[in-house]
Amino acid sequence: MKNNMKKDLKRDAKNFLKFFLSELKPKGKLLTPFNFIAATIIFLGAVIAFFRFKDGLGSVTNLSQEYPWGLWIGFDVITGVAFAGGAYVITFMVYILRMKKYDSIVRITVLNGLLSYMFYAGALLLDLGKPWNVINPIIGNSFGMNSVMFLVAWHFALYMIAEFLEFSPAIAEWFGSKKLKKWLHGITFATVIIGITLSTLHQAGLGALFLMTKSKLHPLWYTEFIPILFFVSSIFAGLSMVIVEGSISKRVFSNLMSPEHHHTHNDIVFGLGKICAIVMYVYFFLKIVVLFHSHSMHYLDTPLGLWYISEMLFFTLLPLAMFTYSVRHRKGNMIRAAAILTLIGIVINRLNVTIIAFNWNLPERYYPSWQEIELTLAVIFLEIVVLRWIVVRMPVFNEKKESREDKISITSAS
Amino acid sequence: MDRRSFVKTVSLIGLSTIPLTAKSKPGTSKPSDKKEFKAILVDITRCEGCQSCEYACLEANGNPDFEPDDFEVNVERKTSVDQLTVINAYDTSKGEFYVKKQCMHCNQPACVAACLTNAMEKTKEGPVIWHADKCMGCRFCMVSCPFHIPKFEYESNNPRIRKCTMCADRLKEGELPACVENCPNEALVFGTRRELLEEAKRRIYQNPDDYHHEIYGEDVVGGTSYLYISPVPFEELGFNTELETEALPKTTTGFLHGVPVIETLLPPFLLGIAAAAKWKSKKTEEVEDEE
Ligand code: SF4
Ligand code: SF4
Repeated sequence: MKNNMKKDLKRDAKNFLKFFLSELKPKGKLLTPFNFIAATIIFLGAVIAFFRFKDGLGSVTNLSQEYPWGLWIGFDVITGVAFAGGAYVITFMVYILRMKKYDSIVRITVLNGLLSYMFYAGALLLDLGKPWNVINPIIGNSFGMNSVMFLVAWHFALYMIAEFLEFSPAIAEWFGSKKLKKWLHGITFATVIIGITLSTLHQAGLGALFLMTKSKLHPLWYTEFIPILFFVSSIFAGLSMVIVEGSISKRVFSNLMSPEHHHTHNDIVFGLGKICAIVMYVYFFLKIVVLFHSHSMHYLDTPLGLWYISEMLFFTLLPLAMFTYSVRHRKGNMIRAAAILTLIGIVINRLNVTIIAFNWNLPERYYPSWQEIELTLAVIFLEIVVLRWIVVRMPVFNEKKESREDKISITSAS
Repeated sequence: MDRRSFVKTVSLIGLSTIPLTAKSKPGTSKPSDKKEFKAILVDITRCEGCQSCEYACLEANGNPDFEPDDFEVNVERKTSVDQLTVINAYDTSKGEFYVKKQCMHCNQPACVAACLTNAMEKTKEGPVIWHADKCMGCRFCMVSCPFHIPKFEYESNNPRIRKCTMCADRLKEGELPACVENCPNEALVFGTRRELLEEAKRRIYQNPDDYHHEIYGEDVVGGTSYLYISPVPFEELGFNTELETEALPKTTTGFLHGVPVIETLLPPFLLGIAAAAKWKSKKTEEVEDEE
């Protein structure tokens, strides 16, 4: 019995390799405008990364002694992880609450989350001064147990594994191993539970990183509740991302989706919009409570105070109202607009905490260099390219499709 | 869920959380006063701004050729990757005074609590030191330090975090920190923190008119190994007097303690919800079937 399994595995592995190599070939046209732009940006990013490792961080970034963290941490990692929050929320809804309606978007959301994490972790490596020592806190020769960063790093790494396992049935299906798929399906529920737990903690943990910056972060943003605020906002940030991505891929990958998927798409968007609205109410309420609690009201009529008010009004209350209105009146486009506004609001909030309201009492300021922006774009494009590569090959949108022969090739694929 | 997959689920969850829970238990930094931390007392009334300490520091830290610039009154110079200590001059209500600036060697340092690799270390002797072989260059120590002290070599492809180490290596050899040894005016005194606090108080009590009645470092951010006494209130000398007395690592203990709790309680809670949801969906199906 065991021997048989071994043989099976060996054969599977061999087949997989053959299959994988054949799948590496591009499907569809290579020379599209999108591919051209993506290739240029990614190439330029690689050049910048080369100089970053050759001459140090100072050669390509505007980071300084007062601003040790810039765009790569503030946007790529801290904002990016919030955006990737959709995966744990959707798996919670589908596997725990059994909201069957959202079944069809589980895979794409998990895949998106997984890739985001992989590339944001990649961006993190670019930002580390001595990335080769990144193994230290993992192999255990140096455990900084008191460090919030330590917890975040571990939860981050484990969550990536959990997400990979959650997505892996699609991979097994892709190269046609039913046995493996079945086994992987069996552990999905467990990985989902672990994944949700890990997510809750590292989403909050990213906020907890700033607990010790009491004297540096503006009082309107500094609060001991920052982990909770980060956690709660990651819920609607992630869902808004799902809404926006969903509408984009509905256009781009429409031929990969089953008619059923198309049909339920609107329903899903309204459902997600409703949840966003509810969670945003909670968030807004929390923010107000924190504001009263913090005794920092007198800062409200300073320039940063006005900035705080605009964050609250235009990027929290306004999208909240739009979600509420459009769910009630079934306005699909307005929901999408609300989701985009929410995402902008999350970017602003995270950058406020990490950069804009950080060191508010110092004269020094930080603005990202063009190289920092370029490399950020390169990371995003790389993610999109890999996402597309996977989506056109693996059964991401349509779980029920059993064989890989009947896959439709689409016109401008990677 | 059938029974087998339930068992699989539970054991997987258990496996994954147990080591994590054990690992994430926050160790508590012991209260400082039981250990005899070494410390340095800076008596600002005695400092004449000769910058001898600056030169001695450059020498002791392998940077003897660096030419520090002269200070200007009321212009704050910062420590840098080259200069781990600097002297600044301030025009105050009682005349011009000079203040030495460097790492404060906090009793419960934010930089150490921040570090996920233990590269930043609070030694039991008192100095806070940095280990090149452990650091991964995340710069969280810089973000967390309330005194803006750790400096990062942005121009290097194998960067170091640079900060005053209280000459921990020299201390091991039984020598004094370079700055203390080279101060011609005895403005710097080396000793145990307890002794120096007593000495500082003695100076203040014996010359109550010469000193402002406060020791900077006695309890700011939970106490530091650098202690300052001054003729004028500290805000006139560029000190951050708004810092609280609570040690910064304390701000994270709530979160760190919460982690293992959530890790143990959330998974069974989720299992419970899932079971309830399943039961409910079955029931609605049955109802539908019957109809
Ligand atoms: S002053 Fe800053 S660098 Fe020095 S021990 Fe305190 S927290 Fe660490
Ligand atoms: S930069 Fe190095 S010393 Fe500072 S927190 Fe990160 S790993 Fe620790």
